[in-house]
Amino acid sequence: MSTGELQTLEAQANDSLAAIADETSLEDWRVNYLGRRSRLTEILRGLSALPLEERKQVGAAANRLREALETALAERRDMLRKRDVQTFIQQGRIDVTLPGRPIPMGRLHPVTQTQRDIVACFEKMGFQAVEGPEVEWDYYNFEALRIPEHHPARDMWDTMWIDYHRDGRMPMLLRTHTSPNQVRVMERQQPPIRVVVPGKCYRYEATDATHEWMLTQVEGLAVDEGISMADLKGTLYEFAQQLFGQERRVRFRCDYFPFVEPGADMSIDCFVCNGEGCSTCKGAGWIEIMGAGMVHPEILANVGYDPERYTGFAFGMGVERVAMLRHDIEDIRLFYQNDLRFLEQF
Amino acid sequence: MRIPLKWLSEYVDITLPAGELAHRLTLAGLESLVETSGHNWDKVSVAHVVEVNPHPNADRLRLATVDLGEGERMTVVCGAPNVAAGQKVAFARQGAKLIDGHSGQPMELMPAVIRGVESAGMVCSERELGLSDQHEGILVLSEDAPIGMLLAQYMGDVILETEVTANRGDLLSVLGTAREVAALTNNEVHEPLDTYWEDGTAVSELASVAIVDSDLCFRYCASLIEGIKVGPSPQWLQEKLSASGSRPINNVVDVTNYVMLELGQPLHAFDLNLVGDRKIVVRRAHSDEKLVTLDSVERSLNADMLVIADSSKAMALAGIIGGAPTQVTQKTSSILIESATFNPVNIRRTSSSLGLRTEASIRFEKGLSQELAMVAVKRATKLLLGLTGGRAAKGIIDVYPNKARVHRIMVSRERLQRVLGVDLPPTKVRQTLTALGYGCRWVSSAHYVVRVPYWRTDVSIPDDIAEELGRIIGYDQLPSTSLTGPIPSIQPQPDRELRGMVQDALVAAGLQEVINYSLVDMEKLSKVVDPEELSWRPPVRVANPMSKNQDQLRPTLRVSLLDSLATNRRYGRETMAIFEAGRVYLAQEGDLPHEVEMVAGLVSGRRLDRWGQPHGEPLSFEDTKGYVEHVLARLGLQETYEAAEEYALVPGRTAVVSVASERIGVLGQLHPEVTGAWDIGQEVYLFEISLEALLPHIGGVRLYRPILRFPSVIEDIAVVVSEDTPAGKVKAAIESFPLVRTATLFDIYTGQPIPPGKKSLAYSVSYQADDHTLTDGEVERERNRIIERLRKELSAELRQ
Ligand SMILES: [Zn+2]
Repeated sequence: MSTGELQTLEAQANDSLAAIADETSLEDWRVNYLGRRSRLTEILRGLSALPLEERKQVGAAANRLREALETALAERRDMLRKRDVQTFIQQGRIDVTLPGRPIPMGRLHPVTQTQRDIVACFEKMGFQAVEGPEVEWDYYNFEALRIPEHHPARDMWDTMWIDYHRDGRMPMLLRTHTSPNQVRVMERQQPPIRVVVPGKCYRYEATDATHEWMLTQVEGLAVDEGISMADLKGTLYEFAQQLFGQERRVRFRCDYFPFVEPGADMSIDCFVCNGEGCSTCKGAGWIEIMGAGMVHPEILANVGYDPERYTGFAFGMGVERVAMLRHDIEDIRLFYQNDLRFLEQF
Repeated sequence: MRIPLKWLSEYVDITLPAGELAHRLTLAGLESLVETSGHNWDKVSVAHVVEVNPHPNADRLRLATVDLGEGERMTVVCGAPNVAAGQKVAFARQGAKLIDGHSGQPMELMPAVIRGVESAGMVCSERELGLSDQHEGILVLSEDAPIGMLLAQYMGDVILETEVTANRGDLLSVLGTAREVAALTNNEVHEPLDTYWEDGTAVSELASVAIVDSDLCFRYCASLIEGIKVGPSPQWLQEKLSASGSRPINNVVDVTNYVMLELGQPLHAFDLNLVGDRKIVVRRAHSDEKLVTLDSVERSLNADMLVIADSSKAMALAGIIGGAPTQVTQKTSSILIESATFNPVNIRRTSSSLGLRTEASIRFEKGLSQELAMVAVKRATKLLLGLTGGRAAKGIIDVYPNKARVHRIMVSRERLQRVLGVDLPPTKVRQTLTALGYGCRWVSSAHYVVRVPYWRTDVSIPDDIAEELGRIIGYDQLPSTSLTGPIPSIQPQPDRELRGMVQDALVAAGLQEVINYSLVDMEKLSKVVDPEELSWRPPVRVANPMSKNQDQLRPTLRVSLLDSLATNRRYGRETMAIFEAGRVYLAQEGDLPHEVEMVAGLVSGRRLDRWGQPHGEPLSFEDTKGYVEHVLARLGLQETYEAAEEYALVPGRTAVVSVASERIGVLGQLHPEVTGAWDIGQEVYLFEISLEALLPHIGGVRLYRPILRFPSVIEDIAVVVSEDTPAGKVKAAIESFPLVRTATLFDIYTGQPIPPGKKSLAYSVSYQADDHTLTDGEVERERNRIIERLRKELSAELRQ
């Protein structure tokens, strides 16, 4: 045994390592030159049989060779891996502009979306959403709201009547507004009350770009001690800002609904022209959003509340109208035609 | 109502520009627009008709030569029968923008050759100028109209177009509007004059009035004029009426209309000599009575209707329309002017039952003041004497069974603050109310006594006074505050929440929500609902639907969804997964219908391929079932599916869905006959869930179960069963064993070497114990028991 053999072995190992290009051959190489049965291991194992001086010499050289080969192996392995990564990167380029694997996208109807947004605004102010029947008694839809038969205010709500006769009258109808729920809620609850009532309503009305015979409303009602017109204004102002943006201005004007006194309606300044006047606001600069007012004391008294102690406000708005304004939709009939090319835009 | 500003300014000084005035009125409750449309008359001016000659080639046409001022003359063809030399007319030059007299469409005037005569201008009718629908003749202007002046400048009146709310009958008048303007602009109202000279016979000797039905007629005033001359009204009166949209007829009728527009009180003039026995009887009509009204329609009356009759016959439909036989004509020499107050409910009932709404009825139905009747009859008599001549009878007939009292309201300062949210100083309150015509007295302990002016029949409670103050001061001047009271306790609304969760789950699964009309067509309904079911529980029907095929309140969502699907197929969309969450309506005897919350969906077309194109496998029962499973899993429910038969669905492709053994819905393929009826030539799958049936099964929060620490053993078991054995049964049988956690089907195979009529089902079975690691022996024993049971119960053979 001589250091010469070790030199030959080293040269051999290095030569063959330099030719190796993959992990498997690398492992073969390791077994061959550093494995339990390799020549080098054999040499190291045979050291004890050598005379002391030679053992020292060969032992030191063999151990050096072993270290050198291990280092070379690690370097080679590292080099190969880097090269593999490089190759992978170079060969694995993909066109990142290709579309992703599609996941079908569902959407809520825009009326549902807007209705939820409206309700959420009021929920933040302590109102709770409840619902009521769409087919109503004349009593709740009209009479209990101070709109008896043959009252001229009935002109404000052209009605679809249910084909059901009792005592020579048709007492059942498709509710023309969500306001019957003012009475229904007060009949089953005591103040304080803060509710919003979303739901479908129906009018005997020819359809055009701004009129539909089926519509969705959100009604609101707050009754407690000490509620005034100022609270009505503040609450609706807060709502308008939440839904239409902080910079919106609101305007209240006097209007008439038999079930409120004083009566009002609220407009927001036109967000298309900022109040200058344009086609969206029909030149007025303001867009009417909802009717409102203080609950008529007679209605409070009729449900058994003391109108001297309790006051309240009510309001009602059309969801489609709000959705039209938010999304710049010019024709209300689009909502219930259910053309997917329309619905899928929201 | 159309209120000409010129007319309005006779009663109040107008100190604001028209636009600003309209804005202030609108904020105070009288929605007003300044009318500008149709008056774009920049090439129309006043002209003088110098001569009229026959057209050489046409009998009906004539040639009018007009003086346009500054020596300019023009000869044009004119078809109007009433054109005459000496008239002042509205003349349009080439390029004027007018309304076509025949089509009613806007047009630009172009030179034309009419029957061989060149005509480069036109003498205009009211219709051509957009003033009214009158096209019978040309518009003849006042004699003093200055030649050459632009018509816009001459007739240049601004019209306020007001929209009067149902409570404010008093605003259907120029004077009423003036009162609002006065209060809003701190100006005085000048009431019109109503004094005249009575030099005739005493009224009591000329006629009598009796109110038989005093529940329907509260007051009846009448004045009489003898020796009148009926003829056309003077220009000023005709122009005012035209500007307000009322057609001039003759001086008597025009005055009644004028006073109605001016004061808001409808009046009627009878030819006194045609009133039988000169006796007015206000009574209910007889059930077989007939009356030809002024519009030449014969009306059948009934005992709910009030008439003005003489001793023998009905002469007028009270408060709505006069009768033809007693109307004022050229021959009339004596008249009786009626100014009465009728029961508003009765007027409205009669006018709606006859489908006849008139300027009179829309005022009466709003409830007019009984004081106004006397004011108006005096005013009309005064005007008539000036226009028709004649002598007024002495006195006025006034039958007034129950005199209305002046209405006074006690209003506390505190109430005003409670309603408006601001404490108004008494001086402001008094000043505002006085400006509106109220009397207002401050009495001890912080109260006002408010006297309501006679014309305000809508004001009766303190909160009405609060509104008066609020609207005149301006709602925008009131403070704005946030609600401060306690937030009411929240009542659970489980049905609303459930609907929201189901909508969200379906959207998350990729379905598009649609919302359809609640009214559907019976014929379509019978295609998707068992006709037998429809006959024993007919849908709720609308008596006056918008259209014949939208008259049934839907008892199912199926029709709506098929409509949506068919609509979109027509737009070329073949792949759809849509749902609707809405109510269906089930009739209940003598009660409101039962409104049931439902969710239903349709699935049709093909799955999306890698490119998002609907070119993948056909959407099928299993896709549809996947949606149902997805929703119910989201809700934490465990449901079962059973093959079933259902109307409108394909037998063998229909499953009833149950939770805790209760049916909550159904899914399956729609029968080709159903889809065919909607012209849909592809497979359509339906799912339908009753949220009402689902609601009781929705639990509270889900409880945590510890993750099992002991490893599970997973093995495959493949069995061969008869082809009609439901895979769900095999799964249920395997999962009934205590050591089995789950049995998941992962392969179905038919064909060689499986014998015909059989199929192979392969399940991946997971065994696991709560408390120890299973031994091979335990698993093997369990597996053998499973196989034994499957063999016994389902005749299953282990597939080798
Ligand atoms: Zn605008």
